[in-house]
Amino acid sequence: MAAMLEARDIHCGYDGVPVIHGLSLEVNEGEIVAIIGANGAGKSTTMRTICGLMHPDRGQILFQGEDISRLPASETIRKGISYIPEARRLFPRLTVLENLELGAFTEKDRSVVEERLSEVFSLFPKLKDRLHQTAETMSGGEQQMCAIARGLMSGPKLLMLDELSLGLMPSLVEKVFEAVTAINEKGITVLLVEQLVQEALEIADRGYVLQTGRLVHSGTARELLDSPEVRRAYMGM
Amino acid sequence: MDNFLQVLLDGVLNGLVYALVAAGLSLIWGVMDVINFAHGEFLMVGMYVSYWLGFILKIDPLFSWVAAGLFLFILGAVTYKIIIRNSLGKSGMAPLLATFGLSMVLKNFCMNRFTPNFRLLSGTILEGKTLSFGGAIISVPQLVTALFALVVLSLLYWMLKKTRLGWAIQATAMDKEAAELMGIKTENIFLLVFGIGGACVGITGGLMTSYLAVYPEVGGLFSLIAFVVVALGGFGSIPGALLAALLIGLVESFSGFYIAAVVKYVAVFAVYLAVILLRPRGLFGW
Ligand SMILES: Nc1ncnc2c1ncn2[C@@H]1O[C@H](COP(=O)(O)OP(=O)(O)OP(=O)(O)O)[C@@H](O)[C@H]1O
Ligand SMILES: [Mg+2]
Repeated sequence: MAAMLEARDIHCGYDGVPVIHGLSLEVNEGEIVAIIGANGAGKSTTMRTICGLMHPDRGQILFQGEDISRLPASETIRKGISYIPEARRLFPRLTVLENLELGAFTEKDRSVVEERLSEVFSLFPKLKDRLHQTAETMSGGEQQMCAIARGLMSGPKLLMLDELSLGLMPSLVEKVFEAVTAINEKGITVLLVEQLVQEALEIADRGYVLQTGRLVHSGTARELLDSPEVRRAYMGM
Repeated sequence: MDNFLQVLLDGVLNGLVYALVAAGLSLIWGVMDVINFAHGEFLMVGMYVSYWLGFILKIDPLFSWVAAGLFLFILGAVTYKIIIRNSLGKSGMAPLLATFGLSMVLKNFCMNRFTPNFRLLSGTILEGKTLSFGGAIISVPQLVTALFALVVLSLLYWMLKKTRLGWAIQATAMDKEAAELMGIKTENIFLLVFGIGGACVGITGGLMTSYLAVYPEVGGLFSLIAFVVVALGGFGSIPGALLAALLIGLVESFSGFYIAAVVKYVAVFAVYLAVILLRPRGLFGW
């Protein structure tokens, strides 16, 4: 079976400065795949390129067999890719409900929107009490819930998460990762980027290790967790 | 006392008209960070559209505002497509200079085609009609224009606050990239916003020909006042534009009457300078 998402030897960078030097990866339907790597390795750049916020200088990105390398983000979401960017990027002066509604901007059927709202409320009941509060006035943890919920509102096939754990206390991190597992169990494929390598690999099926724009390891989550090199470099053991 | 009411009403009516002119400017500024220097000339074009429709086809300004609004919506959208889009992302001065150039082109085109003469429609439905109210005399065409302005402003505000499209416009203003991630085609939003900004002055200009003469320089004063209103009211804020425009309208009418007609704009700009010095983000800014 062909992979749901496939990046083939992509090269990309900013203003001609290369950041990713030939990266290939695959995500199969139903999986949770983690990309790990140090600060500046190019994790966010990879995610941004896949979702269409930027385009590869070379190489191809296939989603369900279709070449999406040149599609803008406003189109890839219509194909079923939802990217929750680093630092959440909620619309600060819009309310939680308005943020969620915009998450479903591509969905014209009102009853589907209502259904998705009740789904995300069952996942994050707390959001229901915050509906009319502006996003900027919520705590970091609530904002992260809201960001995940907003990302789910489009009804994605592939959910891409960039550093969910950023700025959250450990007990919340655990909750957020539990939510990711629950989302995955509902049939949504997940590609995530994390600095918390141990935690990420514990919920992932497979992982890739990125170092200055190149993949240096890949394997099942178990293999990476057991790899002495990975443990030394990223888990301080 | 009679004078007071008269001056107050004049100020409010003018203020409402300023508010709609400023709202268009403010929306473009708030969403795209672009200052449309041709905004006053857009108003002038709207007035000419309505004037010629009235003069040649005998369509009253009470109806031709629709055409003027539509024409300016298209002019705004085309301006975005051809001029603004290519200058965005370059230096901040680029769109500013580009729209300044456009204002010169529009003004000189009208000067060349229509001469610098003042043109006033005659025989309009509302011509010369007045209402008296507690001793004050209200010009009906001006009242109608002001009420229209209030209705259009309210609709615009409602659209921005209560509809998905409005949220999408706000989202684009706050974080363009995140808006793209929601599937919002921000290019289209910019196009629409420029169109709406044009339509605001198109509608105003279309109605104003029922009591004001049109000439190629007519936009100058209005755009100057609109800049002051936007700076006072806060960029992108419709209620801010409304309150600031009412303030400016009142300052203008009271200083014009109680001090001297020649100082009314001095007073307007004095208030502006005072506010900018004391509250650089505008009266209603954050
Ligand atoms: N907008 C940009 N313009 C220029 N260079 C950039 C830009 N964004 C990122 N870079 C550079 O690209 C490289 C990879 O950055 P990227 O954000 O992809 O790393 P990351 O792995 O996500 O890091 P982090 O863990 O800190 O989020 C870095 O060297 C960074 O300086
Ligand atoms: Mg990153």
